Amino acid sequence: MIQFNEYLKPKTIEEAYKLLITKNAEIVGGGAFLRLSNRKVDVAIDLFDANLDFVKENDNYIEIGSMVVISAFEENPILINLYNGFLKNVSETILSFQMRNIITIGGTLYPKYGFSDLITALLVLPTEIYLYKSGKFTLEEFLKTKLAHKDILEKIVIKKENLKTSFQYIRNSEYDFSILNVAVSKGEEVKIAVGARPGVALLAYKTMQFLNENGLNEETIIKASKMVSDEIPFSDDIKASKEYRKKVCEALVKRALLEVM
Amino acid sequence: MKEVTRKIPKKDALGLLLGKPVYTDDLAPKNSLIVKLLRSPHAFAKIKNIDISEASKIEGVECILTYKDVPRNPITRAGQGYPEPSPHDWYILDEYVRYVGDEVAIVAGKDEKCVNEALKKIKVEYEIFEPVLDFEKAEGHPSIIHPEKETHPMFEIGFDAQKNIAASYEMEIGSVEEELKKCDVVISERFYTQAQAHVAFEPHTAASYIDMHGRLIIISSTQVPFHVRRIIAEAFDIPIKNIRVIKPRIGGGFGGKQAVHGEPFVAAVTLKTGKPAKIVYTRQEVFEATYSRHPMRYDITLGASKDGKLKVIDMKGLSDTGAYGEHALTTFMVAGSKTLPLYNKVDAVRFSGKVVYTNKVPAGAYRGYGAIQGNFALESAIDMLAEKLGMDPIEFRKKNMIREGETSPIFKIMGEGREGVDMIVRSCKLNECVEEGMKLINWKEKFPRKKISETKYRGVGMAIAMQGSGIANIDMGAAVLKLNDDGSFNLLIGATDLGTGSDTILAQIAAEVLNVPTEDIIVYSSDTDLTPFDVGAYASSTTYVSGNAVKRAAEKMRKLIIKEGALKLGLDESNVDFDGKYIYEKNGSKKVSLKELATVLLYTENQKQLIADASYVGEESPPPFMAGFAEVEVDIETGKVKLINYIAVVDCGVTINPNLARIQVEGGLVQGIGMALFEDVKYSPNGKLLTNNLMHYKIPSRADIGNIIVKFVESYEPTGPFGAKSVAEIGIDTPPAAIANAIYNAVGVRIKTLPITPEKVLMSLNNK
Amino acid sequence: MKINVTINNEKKELEIAPDEVLLDVLRRYGYHSVRRGCDTGMCGICTILLDGRPVPSCSIFAARVDGHEITTVEGLPEAKDFAKLLAEEGADQCGFCSPGLIVNTVYLKKLKIKKMEEIQIKLIGNLCRCTGYVGQHRAIEKFLGVEK
Repeated sequence: MIQFNEYLKPKTIEEAYKLLITKNAEIVGGGAFLRLSNRKVDVAIDLFDANLDFVKENDNYIEIGSMVVISAFEENPILINLYNGFLKNVSETILSFQMRNIITIGGTLYPKYGFSDLITALLVLPTEIYLYKSGKFTLEEFLKTKLAHKDILEKIVIKKENLKTSFQYIRNSEYDFSILNVAVSKGEEVKIAVGARPGVALLAYKTMQFLNENGLNEETIIKASKMVSDEIPFSDDIKASKEYRKKVCEALVKRALLEVM
Repeated sequence: MKEVTRKIPKKDALGLLLGKPVYTDDLAPKNSLIVKLLRSPHAFAKIKNIDISEASKIEGVECILTYKDVPRNPITRAGQGYPEPSPHDWYILDEYVRYVGDEVAIVAGKDEKCVNEALKKIKVEYEIFEPVLDFEKAEGHPSIIHPEKETHPMFEIGFDAQKNIAASYEMEIGSVEEELKKCDVVISERFYTQAQAHVAFEPHTAASYIDMHGRLIIISSTQVPFHVRRIIAEAFDIPIKNIRVIKPRIGGGFGGKQAVHGEPFVAAVTLKTGKPAKIVYTRQEVFEATYSRHPMRYDITLGASKDGKLKVIDMKGLSDTGAYGEHALTTFMVAGSKTLPLYNKVDAVRFSGKVVYTNKVPAGAYRGYGAIQGNFALESAIDMLAEKLGMDPIEFRKKNMIREGETSPIFKIMGEGREGVDMIVRSCKLNECVEEGMKLINWKEKFPRKKISETKYRGVGMAIAMQGSGIANIDMGAAVLKLNDDGSFNLLIGATDLGTGSDTILAQIAAEVLNVPTEDIIVYSSDTDLTPFDVGAYASSTTYVSGNAVKRAAEKMRKLIIKEGALKLGLDESNVDFDGKYIYEKNGSKKVSLKELATVLLYTENQKQLIADASYVGEESPPPFMAGFAEVEVDIETGKVKLINYIAVVDCGVTINPNLARIQVEGGLVQGIGMALFEDVKYSPNGKLLTNNLMHYKIPSRADIGNIIVKFVESYEPTGPFGAKSVAEIGIDTPPAAIANAIYNAVGVRIKTLPITPEKVLMSLNNK
Repeated sequence: MKINVTINNEKKELEIAPDEVLLDVLRRYGYHSVRRGCDTGMCGICTILLDGRPVPSCSIFAARVDGHEITTVEGLPEAKDFAKLLAEEGADQCGFCSPGLIVNTVYLKKLKIKKMEEIQIKLIGNLCRCTGYVGQHRAIEKFLGVEK
């Protein structure tokens, strides 16, 4: 269990950031996973009342504040219909309704959790991450970047484009983290992301390039699904072996590509 | 029947549902010291030195106890009939620690914070030994898990600590070797089952205090209050009369609370400090340091003639009891005694093997109690044999399985920890169960498989099972009925309601005899000072054993009422009857109401308290039977198995409360489904349990179970109360084998190691 | 530290530690219907409503709810209606997980979800080890008026 000496709830992100850099402090997003870590931190900075739970729709993009809980994807009318319900479908099976009511966008993305289904899904969409201090990143860049200093995730921006999407996962019990997940999108180009490998989601660049050069058809799909499972690194964990992940990745990529073909 | 077979809600239902304070933690004295345990980080070690000086200085810490501070009497934590068939190999605290999680020190303080702080400050030096982590290598391993000389069995159970053997057993009827030679078809297969966790949702909790008389009072979430009283007395060398154990409502047990767990630790603190104390296990502690199911391995050889007669069954087993030998012999024997009689017409049958110690989480009682392990192996093997014979697996079973009015030599030879009792199966509607199940699942249409798409196949499979109803000649329950002045009755029973509804069904039995509404029976149970003895809730005993005791007590009460009523009416007893409301003249018009009689008896005339008691110990243990049918859909590209339908058709005799009986079966099935498909157990290489929380240990969710249908066939057990047999365990036994058989029928892979994960299925498909 | 919370429509000032979770605080103040099941947010037994939405109280720091509103099963008038339906099915069993299930299900009534599949997904985080869920589902169907 994590231990704090002080628990603060700043009203603005500016205030939160000041606290974060001046103290031995940690940001509380949802708190569900942070709570389980065994550490001592002087100050907990909870963004719960910092007005970061906004969802704003613009003509070409949607802004989602970092404290928006992920059940918003199944309840907020703006988010439900985004990409024809793609994110609704992904979110709806993440853990439980109660947990989705406390797990936040920021709390999921900032720590780059490997088990995340949402990161994999957002990776195939035009998603941008806005950090308070470090500014704007694409999600893809953000996942690869090791920040030099502490920062706060302010919001994400999802651009509206005309994309076909598919999300696939394998779990044993439905009420579990995914053993492996795959997201695919197709607009001008095809994007393939693989997550819960068990490491954080990656884009399969070589395979994407192959498909963008050769087009999507049943033949290229078979080849591509084999390519992805060779391209993406997998490892063992408590849920499954590396070998199983590699095998099942092929099947999930094939299914996802067939859906967007 | 008016009250028996009534679908009434449980007496405690609304209180439980609406969150009243009824569990041990709710009822523990408010000023209880918080007790926590320092647990071993090593799988096998000896404590060389333990320094509590710094920890003791922390403000709020009241008491730290190590093995030097508590009595060292070898006991078993297993709550079983006495003398127990489990070896006495456990000490309140010991200088040896035998698994990761074993208790090293007891810390008590005013709040959780100071106790946690103290746990970190206790310095322990360990001499670390090589642990025994593979149960297949335990026998004769250079590391001896119980080297201490005090550890001993209570009677001959095949115990040999020097070889890490907690118990062993062997029996043979006829000659297996000779008969196998005569068989046309023989198969030999090996099966493994895992250390399933109970996951009762109330974590193990115990509280204790000293009352005004200086007696030790223990409130505990236990299935066995009377055994707890005896074991605590033994562990601390204090007289039984100085201990009272109260079981309030408890949040599930499933066998996991058929033992002492937290009780000795709070008792040690209360005895030392004189102060109230409580312990609430964390979920991680429940996983790592209470009980699991005994993992077992079975080598099964079956032989048959080509016309489909099963002639030989040979089951050779190995069971892993973990660091302590609780329920070691008995769970092992039940794997044979509650499966082999299913096929009672064989010419030769053998059951043999050993239960070994390892440096892992101790195994103990768990619903099914060996039967589910044996059932998975035997019922999988039966399908494999039927296939080799070219027979439909159901036709094969029907030809060979037990029928009403028959017996099996196993009943006499194999009991629990000792010989069993000879009995004829007076009620057995197994054949009807099979027929009905075939219809409900549409077997003829669906067997063996249907192709759903290029990647998905559906298959059906089935298994049959039996359990018992209490342990014959061992399990005893008693009941007391007391008449109140308004004509209501107090029913005092030692029986232990775990949430199963036993308080309610026992009241229904009393009400049926007395012809009064169940609402007029007020039940108080499971308090060693105030209720009569009962062994507790285990071995599917309550309905049958405690139920028979209640029925007898109620019959006595009825006679007493008639006797006193006759006196009041000035009539001869033979001319008087009681209809539940009135005591009346059979051939006349005189009558007195029960209420009036009860009032005058207490206050004015012929004054006395009407009280009736009875005890019951079963001379037989009539088995409930069932047939389980699974329909699964297997994804051949991912290995994922989706359970579509599970049909259970059960013969448990008359259902005293059909709603509660049905829930017992449904709940049992889902635990069995969990064992079959989801509940995987993993250890680190140095012996730490990794599946120690609900993120990693997956019990079935409501979205994992498909469509479950439970049906009861009409049946009447002449020795049971109003025709009833037990129903608590039978539901759990069939899913592992039925699902494994269905998967084989769907896609042709035979998984012989539980649980059947997508990974195992896919890897087997690829190796096919 | 002190927090001000509305619990079941009553204003309360509670003394808490900065790193205490809400579940522990609620139990300490006598809200015994909120029960500890798993410590990791997985079992759903400690479910309460925070500002009207179901959340696992074991996974929220108590300090977060300062200035917010909490409802437990005791504060839900409809809880009794659903409890009776569960009791009629015998689907309470040990009862330990029931208050959490009731809180979440009463919330679903507001959403007017009528499809059993959708309901199961919303209730997936309410685990039960006794009933096998089937009896609960019979009661839920009646309470939520599920379309068959």
